[in-house]
Amino acid sequence: MTLEGLVASAIGIVTTVAVYLLLQPRAFATALGLTLLSYAVNLFIFVAGGLWIDAPPVLDAGRRLSTDPLPQALILTAIVIGFATTAYLLALAVRRFAVTGDERTHLTPKHTEDAR
Amino acid sequence: MSDAATALFTHLPILLIVWPLGWGVLLLLGAARSSDHPPGSDHPETSLRRERWLSLSGAAITLLGASLLSWDAAHGAIRVYTLGDWPAPFGIALVSDRLSALFLLLTALVASSALVFAIGSWDHRGRAFHPLFHIQWAGLNGAFLTGDIFNLFVFFEVLLIASYALLTHGLGAARLRVAFGYVVVNLTASALFLLGLALLYGAYGSLNLADLAHRTAALEPQPLFLARVAAALLLVVFALKAAAAPLYLWLPAAYSAASPPVAALFAVMTKVGIYAIIRVHWAVWGGEWGVLGSAAFGLLLPTAIVTGLLGVAGALAARTLSRQIAFLTVASVGTSLIGVALATPKGIAAALFYLVQSTVTVALLFLVVALIAAQRGEIGDAIQPAPALRDPVALGLVMLLAAASAIGIPPLPGFLGKLYLLEASLDHPGQSAVWLTLIAVGALTLIALARAGVTIFWHTHPKRITVWPSGDSRVLMQPVVALVVVVAAMTLWAEPLYRFTYAAAVQAADQTAYARVVLEQAHGYAPWTRPYDGTLPQTEPREAP
Repeated sequence: MTLEGLVASAIGIVTTVAVYLLLQPRAFATALGLTLLSYAVNLFIFVAGGLWIDAPPVLDAGRRLSTDPLPQALILTAIVIGFATTAYLLALAVRRFAVTGDERTHLTPKHTEDAR
Repeated sequence: MSDAATALFTHLPILLIVWPLGWGVLLLLGAARSSDHPPGSDHPETSLRRERWLSLSGAAITLLGASLLSWDAAHGAIRVYTLGDWPAPFGIALVSDRLSALFLLLTALVASSALVFAIGSWDHRGRAFHPLFHIQWAGLNGAFLTGDIFNLFVFFEVLLIASYALLTHGLGAARLRVAFGYVVVNLTASALFLLGLALLYGAYGSLNLADLAHRTAALEPQPLFLARVAAALLLVVFALKAAAAPLYLWLPAAYSAASPPVAALFAVMTKVGIYAIIRVHWAVWGGEWGVLGSAAFGLLLPTAIVTGLLGVAGALAARTLSRQIAFLTVASVGTSLIGVALATPKGIAAALFYLVQSTVTVALLFLVVALIAAQRGEIGDAIQPAPALRDPVALGLVMLLAAASAIGIPPLPGFLGKLYLLEASLDHPGQSAVWLTLIAVGALTLIALARAGVTIFWHTHPKRITVWPSGDSRVLMQPVVALVVVVAAMTLWAEPLYRFTYAAAVQAADQTAYARVVLEQAHGYAPWTRPYDGTLPQTEPREAP
């Protein structure tokens, strides 16, 4: 199996698990699913510049090979944003549980009508 | 023009992002200090008043900046601000043209009104309202100004992070329940956004919008396929942000649960999705007839029609006024998207006109509904008989005006927007569907709002109730009056506004001019890095675009 095939299947499997968890009706599973989804996405960005073995992400005229450095910079941004939003989601989930005493994520019509 | 004025206009794009962001941080420092009242510090009332004045003055300057930028853009020049003076496409470029300016000014008008409304009533019912408000404003401005698609993602996140917290402003079980779903939906969309961006980078080796437009024609079949998949993914993401069917289900719950000034600000937020579709799918990729003319863009017209109809169906079924207005937001998104889906300058111009007026109308409706709800005691904004309002005439007239514009009754801008849309669809194959939808949406909106209006203003109990304190009503009426004036101005100066939106559409469609201005510094030196072979790219000059 090629390296590309391995990485692609890894991303696929992580995404599958993430989607399964996202569809669970509990806040904890949803948060876990989102975290896994962001891992899969970050790996996907990583391979956007192609997979290179034994090549640093620094362009250097003297060296023969280097990987595309930009995807790694993009991932860094994506990781920071993903980390912050996940932290907020968890804080929100805890607050929500404290106020409503309910960990389920679905909304019934009554909940939305209660908005006022 | 003097040197100082030239420097101001050169730096205006970055100032419009840095100013509200910095102001938000400044206010956050003040909020953090005033929340724990150590002995000897100012009375909470004093610090609240100071925070309000600071927030208002910051907003006034952002509003002034947006007006200046619009005035400048109206002359037709495309201004490029390269961050750190790195020439595009290597660095990030901010680009302001008519399309950006239109959205910046719309945001500034709606946000200022919402802020004044919040100062009269809501801002002290939770923590850090003012900082978050300015940070969300900065995110909106950034999304409208950026010329780089990854940077667009970053600004989407900035405005979303602020909106996550603003949605829960005032707390309460209902808001916390709704906010969780809202955050999850948007985080999932962000993941899809990133997938699309990775595919784009894989295909083009660039993320600058002008560079994407410029390179699409030269793509090999395999990268072109990747770019098509990316375009479809991004369309899904933008449709979700815009709340197009079937991805609108998050909106009614979130907007009706949000506090009214926040809901008014959020009225602009769905428009970011429409802006992104116009900017990326239409201006950069040439819409349905572009090289990336994917099946996805062809699906936009049916999607828009279904969105309009489902939105208005929701408004008919809604049992509270704020929920009804939230569904009317969905309907207005559908109506605007019809113009976008026509993919002609005329269609885009009509869509922009409709979008601007519907955003102002929806924001006005959210504010008026809050005032009405405050005078009906425990019944609030539920559409059911209640004791009479304290001042039915003023509120009734404003409600009537906003409702008439939402329905599309002449001579209000809602009517003109629909007229322009009908006109733009004249030679389109989907003309009959567009006409039927627009007329049906108008008629059903009329039924929905008439039912609500009759119940609220005329079906009153004779007995009086004690009215809840609703804040300073003199302050609360100011933003409402301001928005009414904006609606009136759009009625009187509809023709110049339409000319502006038409010029914006034509300018946005001119990819060659856009690419020439943005890539000016770098052209000849921006090498192809696709297919990437692991070695330093060739830097021989290529032909100017």
